[in-house]
Amino acid sequence: MLFEALVLSAILFVAGTFGVLIRRNAIIMFLCIELQLNAVNLAFVAFSRSLGVEGQIFVFFVMTVAAAEAAVGLAIIISIFRHYETVNVDRFNLLKW
Amino acid sequence: MSLAAASSLAGSGAGAAQEVLNGAAFEPFLPGLVVLLPLLGFLANGALSLVAARRAADVVRAGGEWALPAKGRPATHTLPSWIGPGAVGLSFAIVLVNFTRMLGTELHEPVVVEYWTWMVTGTFEVAAAVQLDQLSMVMMLVVTGVGFLIHVFSVGYMKDDPGYPRYFAYLNLFVFFMLTLVMGASFPVLFVGWEGVGLCSYLLIGFWFADREKADAGKKAFIVNRIGDFGFLIAMFLLFTTFGTLDFVPVFAGAPTALAYGGGLVTAITLFLLLGATGKSAQIPLYVWLPDAMAGPTPVSALIHAATMVTAGVYMVARASVLFSLAPVGSLTVAGIGALTALFAATIALAQYDIKKVLAYSTISQLGYMFLGVGVGAYTAGIFHLMTHAFFKALLFLGSGAVIHSMHHALHHTHKDCDAQDMRNMGGLGRFLPVTWVTMWIATLAISGIWPFAGFFSKDEIIWYAGAAAGGAYSALYTAFWIVSLVAALLTAFYMTRLMVMTFHGSNRTGPEEARHLHEAPWTMTVPLVLLAVLSLFGGWINVPEALSESVLGLFGALPMSEWLHHWLEPVTALAHEVRLDHVGDFRHTSPFGGGELMWAATSTFLAVVVVGVAFGTVGGWKILPAAEAGEPQRGLKRVLYRKWYVDEVYDRVVVQPVVKASRFSWKVIDQGIIDGVANGLGNLARAVGWFGSLFQTGTVNTYALILTLGVLAILGYMAFA
Amino acid sequence: MADILFYVFAAVAIGGALGVVAGKNPVSGLLSMVVTLASIAGIFVLLQAHFLAAVQVIVYAGAIMVLFLFVIMLLNLGHEYHADLRGGAWSVLAFAITGTLAGFLARQFRGAGEGPLYQVLGGGDALEQALAEQGAIGVIAHPLFTTYVVPFEITGILLLVAIVGALVLAKRRVS
Repeated sequence: MLFEALVLSAILFVAGTFGVLIRRNAIIMFLCIELQLNAVNLAFVAFSRSLGVEGQIFVFFVMTVAAAEAAVGLAIIISIFRHYETVNVDRFNLLKW
Repeated sequence: MSLAAASSLAGSGAGAAQEVLNGAAFEPFLPGLVVLLPLLGFLANGALSLVAARRAADVVRAGGEWALPAKGRPATHTLPSWIGPGAVGLSFAIVLVNFTRMLGTELHEPVVVEYWTWMVTGTFEVAAAVQLDQLSMVMMLVVTGVGFLIHVFSVGYMKDDPGYPRYFAYLNLFVFFMLTLVMGASFPVLFVGWEGVGLCSYLLIGFWFADREKADAGKKAFIVNRIGDFGFLIAMFLLFTTFGTLDFVPVFAGAPTALAYGGGLVTAITLFLLLGATGKSAQIPLYVWLPDAMAGPTPVSALIHAATMVTAGVYMVARASVLFSLAPVGSLTVAGIGALTALFAATIALAQYDIKKVLAYSTISQLGYMFLGVGVGAYTAGIFHLMTHAFFKALLFLGSGAVIHSMHHALHHTHKDCDAQDMRNMGGLGRFLPVTWVTMWIATLAISGIWPFAGFFSKDEIIWYAGAAAGGAYSALYTAFWIVSLVAALLTAFYMTRLMVMTFHGSNRTGPEEARHLHEAPWTMTVPLVLLAVLSLFGGWINVPEALSESVLGLFGALPMSEWLHHWLEPVTALAHEVRLDHVGDFRHTSPFGGGELMWAATSTFLAVVVVGVAFGTVGGWKILPAAEAGEPQRGLKRVLYRKWYVDEVYDRVVVQPVVKASRFSWKVIDQGIIDGVANGLGNLARAVGWFGSLFQTGTVNTYALILTLGVLAILGYMAFA
Repeated sequence: MADILFYVFAAVAIGGALGVVAGKNPVSGLLSMVVTLASIAGIFVLLQAHFLAAVQVIVYAGAIMVLFLFVIMLLNLGHEYHADLRGGAWSVLAFAITGTLAGFLARQFRGAGEGPLYQVLGGGDALEQALAEQGAIGVIAHPLFTTYVVPFEITGILLLVAIVGALVLAKRRVS
């Protein structure tokens, strides 16, 4: 089962990467990033079966940080939306000097 | 006298080295001050000229025209009249004191007074030191003495020039450098003076720098001199590698043992030294700057281009007499160039109309005689002629200065536009300028080599020794030089008489209006003329040759100081003479065509008198038109001589144009094309790299996400496969 | 039995993932995500990480996804489907990169039964023993409050900062 779990984790991660690269909507991109995080969580838990409970502890922290990151990221998207009236990331070129 | 007391008198600074012989020591009297006083004069006059320039600039900036006031000149223009001649006069006084002291002692070794160590690099050490011996004493007397007279003359001549303080500043600076040159105790110190007089020559020739031609003449002088200086430097390098030092005393003392007689090394050294000398002393091939140098004020021509700077080359050869006597080929070249130049320049002088140009070519010709003298090994004769030439040539130049001054004055009054220096515009000036007329005739007779004037003794001694040297090797060549010098002497008599007749005799061609304004020069200008005339008359009597002193030409023994200069300079030339005796043998006592010195001396003076008379009659009978009507000679030998044998044109084609082309190539292709191209190319490359980098900075999130992913991929790839 | 359950959960998870990536509008994408999260929670249980499964459902699916939903509703999105997916060169590039990534990951599974991965997986049963001793909660609680208490506290601060940041950033500017 561990082996198959890892395969699943890989598939989910690849799917998440693809989504990040292919979508323009900021919120969907964010969701795909969350998907990647979940894939990694799965891999951690699978390995913790063999290597010890530290894997699960790490997953705990990942989830916490993901929550914080989601909160702040969405707040940023909201404030950008107020300015641009859209969440299409191609329009956000403020990072260009 | 104790050495301690002696040291305290030896001048400023520490470390005086002295030689005591025969119980009487020569104690130099403030030698450093001799050199220092003109430098102080330069500084003071220079400060005054800066003040004057500042004032003039203020006036011009306020929109006005600056000119010397008609009455009451400002302090900046009156003080230099005292500072300039005063500094040199004081130097002359100190030199006289030293001279009288040296007369009282028997000095066999030079006295070197060291002031401080100038530079030390590895084994090479040069001290700022002066060398006092008989030769440097003669030169010092000439430089300060004649220099002083010319300074006094300049007070009158340059009175109305706005650049008056600047003139005296440069003149004093020149005397400083010239004294450094003749008093230096080592080749580098001599070279400092050498370069310095070149610089002052440039400054003074181009004194009226607003005139493009005059500024160019200054440049030409400096550049041509530089070519010679290159030769001098190479010679110094060769000397250093041979001797390990460049001080005169050890180099000349060690030369006979360190250098093989007639060897390649010593010949190379002497030839390179000669190259330097031809540049400074205006011999073939580097004489071309001297006629152009007449663009400067006339006293400058008198001081620098007659009496002192151009004699530096002769002095240098005389100083290095040991080296030249060790190199027969080198000496032969010196003599050959001297003889050839003497004849060549004399031919050109025959066809010149500008009074100063005639004198310029005359100077080149007489310098040729000096080189002939030192080239055949008669060093004393060369220095003797240097001395007498300083007297009569300075007199000739100053006299011509008085003439030109007078002509300018007259032409200024009537506002007539014609060349004040062209002899065809003069004529009959003897009536108006009597003192100048008489003194210049004395100088003419001296330069023509007529007894008993100064030039007779010095020039005839040189001609005699040229013939007497025909005993050993290269006999045919020396005989040829002897004949050439005889011919040149006759030509000298002719062109000088021509000058005198065209200027002072016959009817006046300036114009009736102008003639009313022609008058004699003021006392500041005539007194030096008279003094120099006295020297030109009696100056030759200090070295009457032995063969002559009992004869009519020696007034049957009444003329004093038989061969005095010869004995005086003996300690300096002894070593060279010894080398000559060892390898070649002494000078002969008969000329190549037989007959002794007395016979030939009498013959040459007789011929000179005949030529003067013939010239007087011939030139007096010519119909001379004023310059504006006459125009240039058009055809034949006259044109070639007038155009100076086209040497300047040849130099331009052969040397100047290729150099200009090469520098243009360096500029366009190498500097602008390659070097700037590389520098600009690097800049453009940096720009291109920056532009390429900027492509990544799109500012959009997706680009960054992509690059992030690529980075992750790279790491994973590494971990997967490595 | 566990294997069958696993494959069911896995299929659901993959389906949900595809729904997220290719979803028509944000809400449907989000709901697919919730489905995926739930399946992963199930797999956690199968892998003896009971506490994490619970946290997954409560925090991830329950709080974070709800937050997303609030934002989507707030911004009133979901009307431009066709403009959303990138086309042309970008999609080719995305496929290429994703393919390369998949290849790299697949390489980790090399050497059936003998490769490096298998050696890690095969060894040890450390978790079993700890579970038996301390129970599902204790096995996490013990390390968390002893060895890892510092990161734990820092995470608390992090959450505080996130709250403050989110408040400041999203606040409507009242002039």
